[in-house]
Formats: sequence, C-alpha cells, structure tokens
Amino acid sequence: MEQSTHLQLKLFAARMRKLIIEGVYSAQSGHPGGSLSSTEIFSYLYGEKLRVDPATPENPDRDRFVLSKGHCAPGLYAALSLRGFFDPCNIKDFRKCGSMLQGHPCRACIPGVDMSTGSLGQGISTAVGMAMMGKLDKKDYRVYSILGDGELQEGQVWEAFMSAAHYKLDNLTAFIDFNGLQIDGKTDDVMSLGSIEAKVSAFGWHMIPVDGHDFEAIEAAVSEAEKTKGKPTMIVAKTHKGKGVSFMEDQAGWHGKAPNQQEYEQAMAELDAALAELEVQA
Amino acid sequence: MSKMATREAYGKALVEFGNRDDVVVLDADLSKSTMTAFFQKAYPDRHFNMGIAEGNMMSVAAGMSTCGKTAFASTFAIFAAERALEQVRNSICYPNLNVKVCATHSGITVGEDGASHQCIEDLATMRALPNMRVVQPCDAASTRAVIRAVMNTDGPFYVRLGRLAVEGVYGEYEDDIKFEIGKANTIREGSDITIIASGLMVQQSIAAVDMLKEKGINARLLDMHTIKPIDVAAIEKASTDTGAIVTVEEHNILGGLGGAVAEVLSETRPCILKRIGMKDEFGKSGKPEALLKLFNLTPENIVAAVEETLAKK
Ligand SMILES: Cc1ncc(C[n+]2csc(CCOP(=O)(O)OP(=O)(O)O)c2C)c(N)n1
Ligand SMILES: [Mg+2]
Repeated sequence: MEQSTHLQLKLFAARMRKLIIEGVYSAQSGHPGGSLSSTEIFSYLYGEKLRVDPATPENPDRDRFVLSKGHCAPGLYAALSLRGFFDPCNIKDFRKCGSMLQGHPCRACIPGVDMSTGSLGQGISTAVGMAMMGKLDKKDYRVYSILGDGELQEGQVWEAFMSAAHYKLDNLTAFIDFNGLQIDGKTDDVMSLGSIEAKVSAFGWHMIPVDGHDFEAIEAAVSEAEKTKGKPTMIVAKTHKGKGVSFMEDQAGWHGKAPNQQEYEQAMAELDAALAELEVQA
Repeated sequence: MSKMATREAYGKALVEFGNRDDVVVLDADLSKSTMTAFFQKAYPDRHFNMGIAEGNMMSVAAGMSTCGKTAFASTFAIFAAERALEQVRNSICYPNLNVKVCATHSGITVGEDGASHQCIEDLATMRALPNMRVVQPCDAASTRAVIRAVMNTDGPFYVRLGRLAVEGVYGEYEDDIKFEIGKANTIREGSDITIIASGLMVQQSIAAVDMLKEKGINARLLDMHTIKPIDVAAIEKASTDTGAIVTVEEHNILGGLGGAVAEVLSETRPCILKRIGMKDEFGKSGKPEALLKLFNLTPENIVAAVEETLAKK
C-alpha cells in the first residue's frame, strides 16, 4: 500500500471515529462499541475499495455493501457521509424523530444504504442474493458485508454461508468483526462459537484471518479474495470493540450505551489528538 | 406512585415467584434488557442464555417443557413473535406445551432503535396461533399478577411487555390486585362511549377519559389486558350500554386488539367502532414521546377520535 493511501485511510478512520461518538452522544443512544471495532474495515471499503458514486447511488453496476450487523449504523453512516453520500452534519440528528438517519440502516430513506438491516443474521442472506444476481446478470460488481461474531449464533448465517458456497459466489467477500464480545458479555461465555476459522472453512469459504485494524492486512486479504475463484471469501478480522476510545476498548458495557457529557469530552479529546497527529503527517 | 416498566416488573416477578424447581428461563443475549438477568442472578442454574438464536431458543424451551418444566423464553417482541414465529407455532403451540413467551420492547415506544425493532404485528401473529393465549399488562402491578398467573396455568402464553417506565394503573408493583386472565377490567365507568385499550394505551386513555369528562362526555374505559381469549361479554355489554367503541393499541390496527374487538362486534352486537393504532405503517426512530405524537397515539388524539365517533353514533 502506498504511504499516502495509508495515511488517507488512517485519516478517514480517525474522522469516522469522531462522527461515531458525535452521533451516539447526540442521540444519547446507539452502538459505539461495534462501530469503532469495524472502523478500519468501513474505512478501507468506503475510503478506497468500493466502486460507488454518491451521484448515482442506484447505479446497477455499483459494488454493494450490506451491514449485516445493522446496529453498527453509526459506523456505516460515518463512512457514507465521508464518502459524500450526505453531509456529515446529519450525524447530529442520528436516531432523532424526523431524521433520515434511523437507528438501524434504512434502505428506503438513506442514500447509499443497499439494504435495511438490524435484525441480526438477515443481512448476509441479502448479500448472497445480490451476489447471485451479479452472476446471473453477468455483472462484475462485487458484494461486501460485515457480520458480528455474536451474530454468527443465528442459524440463518450458516444457511447463508452454505448457499454462498453452493453457488460458488466468488464475487462475495464478507468480514467477521471478531471482537469477542456481544451484549451479555464475551461470546465465549454467552454461546461459544468454537473455532470460527475452522467452521467458516468447513462451510466451503476461503478463509483469511487478519488484524482488523491493520489496513495493509485488510487490503491484502481483499485482493486475495478478488483472485480467489469458485468460492466466497471470509475475512476473519480480529478487532477490539470500542477501539480508539480508551475507556470503551474491550468493554462489553459499551456495546449499546451512549457516553455522558464528561465521557464524551474525554472521548473527543482522545480522538482529536489522534486526528491532529495524523494531520501533521499529511 | 412510582413508575416502572412492565419488563422490569416481569424480571422481578420471575424472581419472586420462580423459586421452584420447575421454572426455567431462557434468554437470547438480551438478559439485561428483558430483565431476566434478575432471575439469572437469583437462580443461575435455571437460567439459560441461548445466544443470538431465537428460533432455536423457542424450540429448546419446548423441549424443556416436555420434561415437566415451566419454561419462560424472553427476547424482544420482534424476535419472539416474528423471527421465531414458526418455531412458536410448531414447537410450542401445536404440541400445546407449557412455554411462556415473554416478549419485551413491544410497540413503537422502543424509540430510537427504529422500525426494525418496533414490533407492531405481534398481537396479530400470536393471536392467530391455535392454543396460544395472549396477554398484555399495562403496569407493574398487573404484570406481577400476570406472571404469577401464567406460571400457574398450563400451556402456551404470549406476554407482551414494554420498554418504557410507566405509571401504575392498579397500584405499585407489590400490591396484590384483583386480576383475572380473560376478564377485562373496567378502569372508568361511563355510558356515552367505551374506550377499549391495552398496554401503555391504558394510561393514555385514562388521560383522555379525564379530558372528555371536562367536555361533558362520559366514557367507559376497559383495560383489555387479555387479547386472547378476549372478553366477549365485556365487549357485548359495551356495545349494548354505550353504542360506540374506540379501541386503542400500540400495534397495527390490523389484526390486533381492534381486529379482535371488531370480530366480536360484527358477529354478535354491531355498533360503530373506531380503531386507533399504527395505521398499517412502520414506525421510526425518535424519543418515545415524540413517536406517540407522530403516530397520533396521544390522549388528545384519543379525545378527537372519541368525538368523531360519537358524531356518527
Ligand atoms: C435477531 C436479533 N436478535 C437480537 C438482536 C439484539 N442485538 C443487537 S446487537 C446484539 C449483539 C451483537 O453482537 P455482535 O454480533 O458480536 O456485534 P458487535 O460486537 O460487532 O457489536 C444483539 C443481541 C438483534 N439486533 N437481532
Ligand atoms: Mg462482537
């Protein structure tokens, strides 16, 4: 990865994190933890990879993205706004009555949102449908999706994995945000998943484990996915929930909780400092 | 009187009455929201977190109940009554098993999470299942009574609970109240019109009845906490006595309380009926109070509907 691209992506991520905290704070509800753990994945996709254009959000040839773990809408909205789909200042109205930025992604009301999600397990199936039609219609768009590790407990996820392998959907690349946490605690304690890597491979997917906060690793995995023929690719991204805000990191309690004013100020101070450091380099 | 959410009363009642070996509780990664976490703390051996897998949870609960257990299965209403609908039907209702599906976060007052999480169809889906009984308490005291009753009544139940802290209608949580499943409670006596409400809409309707009184309209108010089997006698009596009925529910006007009342009236004692609820549309994100306004579920809206209905009487 070129150094300038790498820096741009880091800036994208730093700005995303601020918008995520801004949104959840002003709504006084929403999900910061998983939005922050997926920030680098969102940044790579919307800052670099996806062939999408805010001027033509319905272009039938565009790449698709489905946020299967729809509660991480703050992350998606931050990424879409930085990509130019709408003004980032909309984030302040997140979850408010009359705002287009619904608590969970809403395809019918937000430009750039390819699928309404929020009920865990369904998004990945819709991504399978999009990838199947890419094959049928002989289009070269690619379909991306992010799942939560807790989300993997839904049986539907495995039905989706099975069908994606069966139909040899090499135009489908999914990420598992492997942060080890869900609402009631550690995934290992609530309902252990065993080896996610082994299970995904056994379901016929090409599986690539990466550090989910490392842009170079993410890029390498995505391009390996593009070169992989005859099967879909799963990028199992080891992450830290709440990444970037010291007191939220690896804390299940910050799954779906808004910071109070003091916590907000501390979070913003940390994120501002991180952004300033990158801006100096730019 | 202090406010308490019906989900909190549910969590407390599970602990209060669940000190017996046959009671088991299942949850799907939402135990702090459904408040089955209280039970987990009190009786960790009999609480099972099934992870984010609601369909599996319902069928597992069915299996447990065949071993002589009284199983309570909880998650948000949208996942209990809709994602797992077919499991509830075929694993629980068809074999007529002793499972209590206790669903929290029903209706639009879920608030900020938005339409994907606001269940406004569960009264319709659950009511349509043979063997299923459907109950929606409006406050903490009646929730306690309902949980005690369903724990001691064999067979499937759907209990619809809310997220918001609400005013007491019958008293405080710990008050022993007169409460019978299947029998509507008359909250206000009146002869001009009858308002039939359920859940949080009972509180909204009490405010409406008081406003109507000032306008010289005497409205009867029934708390129709049991949607199925519905209190046919109370509905027929309301029709005969008052000749006009308004139903109020935090649910789609199709298939829920309004639908159930309409079915009774049209077969036995027709009178003019107005259904207030979600008008076959999805909810939105926002603060619960703002949403009640947006979707016309305030006391003022109920007053207006009553006046409109009286004009047609
Ligand atoms: C079908 C369904 N069941 C339950 C929920 C409630 N819920 C929202 S987020 C969540 C935990 C998700 O954990 P995970 O997938 O690991 O997400 P992350 O850690 O990335 O935030 C749950 C149970 C839901 N949205 N959908
Ligand atoms: Mg997780």
